[in-house]
Amino acid sequence: MTDTTPLSFQDMILALHDYWSDKGCLILQPYDMRMGAGTFHPATTLRALGPEPWNAAFAQPCRRPTDGRYGENPNRLQHYYQYQVILKPSPPDLQELYLRSLEVIGIDPLAHDIRFVEDDWESPTLGAWGLGWEVWCDGMEVTQFTYFQQMGGFDCKPVAGELTYGLERLAMYIQNVDNVYDLDFNGRGVTYGDVFLENEKQMSKWNFEVADTAALFDLFGKAEAECRNCLANDVPIAAYEQAIEASHIFNLLQARGVISVQERASYMGRVRDLARGSCEAYMAKEKDRWAAEYEGWTA
Amino acid sequence: MTDFLLELRCEEIPARMQAGARADLERLFRAELASAGLDVGAVTVWSTPRRLALIARGLPQATEAVSEEAKGPPEGAPDAAVDGFCRKNGVTREQLELREVKGRNTWFAVIDKPGRAVREVLAEAIPAVIRAFPWPKSMRWGAASLSTESLRWVRPLSGIVAIFGEDLVACEVGGIRSGYATLGHRFHHPGEITIGSAEDYAEKLRACHVLVDQGEREAIIRARAQAVAAEAGLTLVEDEGLVVENAGLTEWPVPLLGRFDEHFLEVPPEVIQLTTRTNQKYFVCEKDGELANAFVCTANIEPKDGGAAIVDGNRKVLAARLSDARFFWDVDRKTALAEHAKKLERITFHEKLGTVADKVERVAKLARWLVEEGIVSPNPAVTPDLIRDPAPGAGVTKEELADLAEQAARLCKADLVTEMVGEFPELQGLMGGYYAEQEGLDPAVSAAIRDHYKPVGQGDEVPTAPVTVAVSLADKLDTLRSFFSIDEKPTGSKDPFALRRAALAVIRLVTENDLRMSAADGELLDFFADRLKVQQREAGVRHDLIDAVFALGGEDDLVRLLARVHALQAFVGTEDGANLHAGYKRAANILRKEDWLGIEGEIAQTGEEDPLAEVDDPDLKEVVAAKMAERHAKELSYTPDPAEKALIDALDAAEPKAQAAIAGEDFEAAMAALASLRAPIDRFFDEVTVNDEDPIKRAARLDLLARFRAAVHNVADFSRIEG
Repeated sequence: MTDTTPLSFQDMILALHDYWSDKGCLILQPYDMRMGAGTFHPATTLRALGPEPWNAAFAQPCRRPTDGRYGENPNRLQHYYQYQVILKPSPPDLQELYLRSLEVIGIDPLAHDIRFVEDDWESPTLGAWGLGWEVWCDGMEVTQFTYFQQMGGFDCKPVAGELTYGLERLAMYIQNVDNVYDLDFNGRGVTYGDVFLENEKQMSKWNFEVADTAALFDLFGKAEAECRNCLANDVPIAAYEQAIEASHIFNLLQARGVISVQERASYMGRVRDLARGSCEAYMAKEKDRWAAEYEGWTA
Repeated sequence: MTDFLLELRCEEIPARMQAGARADLERLFRAELASAGLDVGAVTVWSTPRRLALIARGLPQATEAVSEEAKGPPEGAPDAAVDGFCRKNGVTREQLELREVKGRNTWFAVIDKPGRAVREVLAEAIPAVIRAFPWPKSMRWGAASLSTESLRWVRPLSGIVAIFGEDLVACEVGGIRSGYATLGHRFHHPGEITIGSAEDYAEKLRACHVLVDQGEREAIIRARAQAVAAEAGLTLVEDEGLVVENAGLTEWPVPLLGRFDEHFLEVPPEVIQLTTRTNQKYFVCEKDGELANAFVCTANIEPKDGGAAIVDGNRKVLAARLSDARFFWDVDRKTALAEHAKKLERITFHEKLGTVADKVERVAKLARWLVEEGIVSPNPAVTPDLIRDPAPGAGVTKEELADLAEQAARLCKADLVTEMVGEFPELQGLMGGYYAEQEGLDPAVSAAIRDHYKPVGQGDEVPTAPVTVAVSLADKLDTLRSFFSIDEKPTGSKDPFALRRAALAVIRLVTENDLRMSAADGELLDFFADRLKVQQREAGVRHDLIDAVFALGGEDDLVRLLARVHALQAFVGTEDGANLHAGYKRAANILRKEDWLGIEGEIAQTGEEDPLAEVDDPDLKEVVAAKMAERHAKELSYTPDPAEKALIDALDAAEPKAQAAIAGEDFEAAMAALASLRAPIDRFFDEVTVNDEDPIKRAARLDLLARFRAAVHNVADFSRIEG
């Protein structure tokens, strides 16, 4: 940590935006859908496919209904932020670029112990996997660092590097607070709790107790049907949105405790089929152009 | 003679892969050089998270010239064959020589291979080693990964240092060219360093905060972790696995001691130790034999502030994990184990074998039965260690023991649905034991829940407390019988339900507690026989002797079987035993050569089965004995030779003794009875001609040998004994 006042939550995001913008990334805004992880953002999932270079950074709100704790747990939230950076192809100095970004938000690598600890990433619902690390800062996981090898069941050609920063954790670390709701949000007296505590309470209650399960089951089926409708009409981006929707509805059903252990695998399989189908259609639509424009690339 | 240095630098290599990578690097390097005719002497291999290094000492400057010959087709062979031979050996037809081989003119190719500069050989070997490297998991990266044919490595490969003497070995792989430059510690020394030779490599790195020798890093972690604990008046709980893992995560290890909130010590120590070790890779400490509220983490830098910030950060992470653990501990204890157990109805054990609740029901019945049948009795057969384990379950009646065993069995899987075991599956059993204790259940029940998975491996301790033995045995027998009943048996290397381990555990429970029972029958008994051979081999028992006893058939009592095997092993190790075995083999050979089945051949044949197999049938033992007696009763029509008479007398004396001893399970006595036959059989072979001209004498003597063989078979099937 530097001697100066630590960055507020929003300043930390702005510092990362500045930094990655300077490194040539597009600064995107969050995707306007509910999703469990930044990796679901089409700017990651779909753009990881195919040969076109793609460098982007964005903060993405993530929804994990089962992690809700009614605002009573100092670290667990059903809604939190991930900062995502995707660089395709992965640059040779990706680790160094990443480490400098930590310095930008106030982590001094000669005062703090930063480590790359093996952690391979896999998303069965996206048919995706990669090799990489969880990055530790003094024993705390602050970032997932992954070289995508497959997405939607397709080999990544070329490989993209994906960085996923856990923003609340990093901020708690930098600001030296033990409770997420005590985070300084703006440097002018507004805390994270002022912004999100009531939200956590109400949304936890809705996720666990209130959400109409019959309606959710219905929505899941409708998203699935709509995804197929989109695929039949060759609009894979729209199809992928329905896969995101189905995935989140499934997470809500899980939180409501209405999916049995046996059914769980079947639902996950259905979401995976949608995601894979969307990726497949996305590839099919672009592959001839890519093959023509990128020598040495094949589908 | 010249030293060679190779360094392959890459992004962080998983700690668990480094030892294998060092071995692979040395093996591949030696193989590559061997194929160029170079026998590599001393090799040193090192690894850090960011590099693999190899130093080969005393290499020559050039390989020796060699001349190789290859034998080709004979003169006059079809042109295609001769041309093919030339192509294969890279020579022209004119270069072939004709030589006579066994009277035929045959083409030979003589290939002269001149000596090569070792630097050249190395330049080819390095890319070959890199491309052939067998990482457990490897990846592609960067712009080159536009094609899936691009180089694969464990993580992106970023640099190669290859120096022979002081000369660069120029090579290139995947766009990376070799050079003299490497990198030091990621944070302490971010710039490049130039290496001069194998000589200065380790020292130059050391100056840049990299200890390249993993052994040195391990030694530092071992010593410093102990020292920082000792400075705080604590004792480090040694953990060699953590030493190696932390050495694989650091280039410059600095162990630091931190403290956590004392209140967390309410949580069972195993939970704290597990989360600290597996999630955070910290060592734990003890004070006066109890877990202390302290941890030792291993940093990878020499921190500016002496480590205060690092320790504080690690303390917070640990506190968050321990809060979770304490939350689970509190929540789980709000529900009785019997209530938790009801949720087992929702967990499938196996699709064909029902739920875990179904399994629990079977285990509970079997555990009760084991006690009611007297197989597991209230008094432990092995005296327990009274200090560590005050014999829970001792001093109870059979009825009480049966109740305790059933109760423990009904609760033994309940912890599978608790929050704590959901988070830390390794703690199954242990947590159930703690929760039972907290509920105030009988200590024998808590102990049985805690230990009923034991023994989990060859080195694990075997339960001796009767309730635990009953539950543990019932659980494993049920697993084995259930999976065998649906034909899910282990095949080759596949054993998805760990049935081999379960059988081994049953063997150890039964034999070490002296439990007298029929362990199994049919295929499952054969499976036990195989496991027993594996298990006993490690205890120094010969597998052929186990075969020799199993071959008698009808033995499903493992305790009795092993007693017999042990006596047999002791016997065959004596001079008497070895000689008797020799005599047995000689008798059996003669009988086989003469096709003489003797008395055993007179047993009724059904026309379908091998008559000798029938003899092994315990049901026919009586019949065989009666036939034997009938035959013995017959007066010999001639006066036997003295040595023949001596053998008859010895058999008359030994047979009933051996039989009585076996019936009384006194196998040493049975062996002693056999030993008494040794001198007479030796003398018989010395003095008596079996194949006498007189067919009556010949038949009588062959019968006598058959009788001798049968007498030996009563104790063990000596034909299975090797040597």
